[in-house]
Amino acid sequence: MSLGSSTGGLMIALAVVFEPTGSRAEPAEENYRLYCAQCHGTRGNGQGINQTADGLAVSPRDHTVAKEMSKLSDGDLRLAIAEGGDAVQKSELMPAWGKTLSAEEIDDLVLYLRKLCKCAGRR
Amino acid sequence: MRVFPPLIIAISQFAFSAQPVLAQALDGKAIVTERCASCHDTTGPAPRTYQDVLDRKAPDLFYAGSKFNRAWLVDWLQNPTIIRRAGVMFLNHTAEEGGKDRIVEETVKPCPSDLSRAQAEAAADHLMALKDPAMKTGVVEPAKKLRKHKAYRLFTKQLPCIGCHRIKFGKRMKGGISGPDLTKAGERLNPDWVYARIENPQYWDPKTWMPRIEMSHRKREMLTLFVSSMK
Repeated sequence: MSLGSSTGGLMIALAVVFEPTGSRAEPAEENYRLYCAQCHGTRGNGQGINQTADGLAVSPRDHTVAKEMSKLSDGDLRLAIAEGGDAVQKSELMPAWGKTLSAEEIDDLVLYLRKLCKCAGRR
Repeated sequence: MRVFPPLIIAISQFAFSAQPVLAQALDGKAIVTERCASCHDTTGPAPRTYQDVLDRKAPDLFYAGSKFNRAWLVDWLQNPTIIRRAGVMFLNHTAEEGGKDRIVEETVKPCPSDLSRAQAEAAADHLMALKDPAMKTGVVEPAKKLRKHKAYRLFTKQLPCIGCHRIKFGKRMKGGISGPDLTKAGERLNPDWVYARIENPQYWDPKTWMPRIEMSHRKREMLTLFVSSMK
């Protein structure tokens, strides 16, 4: 084997090992903790620090209540996350995250919400 | 009295040699490197992963000159106060009690800076030189009349800002705590940076938990003037 081809092989191996992690979608649980938990709580029960510090005039949704969450379709959840509370006739305190998160990250968050409520959405 | 000539020479040499030492003590870059850089990132780039965000010890300073007002920096470096009640990253200070998240206040410590006035002036000079040359300046006219009640409605009702930021309106204090306290933001922040931060929070901090929200220039300007009015 020539030196050239072994160097090339090494470079490919390095490129695979050092692929930048910032470009991939973050796991949904991390995104939930980073963006949602400040209001919806680290457990998803609507008791985040902004709520418990009396910062919010309207209580954030409790994502663990299957009875309420099952009334919403996955499309409703996607719309609420991407375009904010105003788009689904809820509070403007829920921001639109569509310019911050990718469509794929929002889809993953919808799946994560279904895990939190242990429920399926309305069809 | 007769002074022994070699002693005069020795004293004058000491005086000359002492001067560079004094100048070094007031070297702003050295002060920032020695006193700030163990917690603050002064070179960038900002964290790009969730884990890096959790690991960040203090706010990034590599664009401090774009972000801050110098006079505020000089005062604050001598007598720091807590600006982020939930800490630099709220998850690092959050505990759950009885199903409710709360901030464990004793874990949120103020910056330990105790610089003298002269040191603070020198450090502020260095920090003010750390600018982002791409930031647009002069976008907001600080003297422009602010329609306060309209801006308050925008901040608290039409947009979600109040959910995470504490503000003062008249005598009332209100708002959430996961973002920096804005009750004295007008003293602290450069209006051009406030505008640029609202326009694209992720440009400054890719993993910030502040959302990027589309709005008109007029609304962004109104928010900027509102934030800058809090002193």
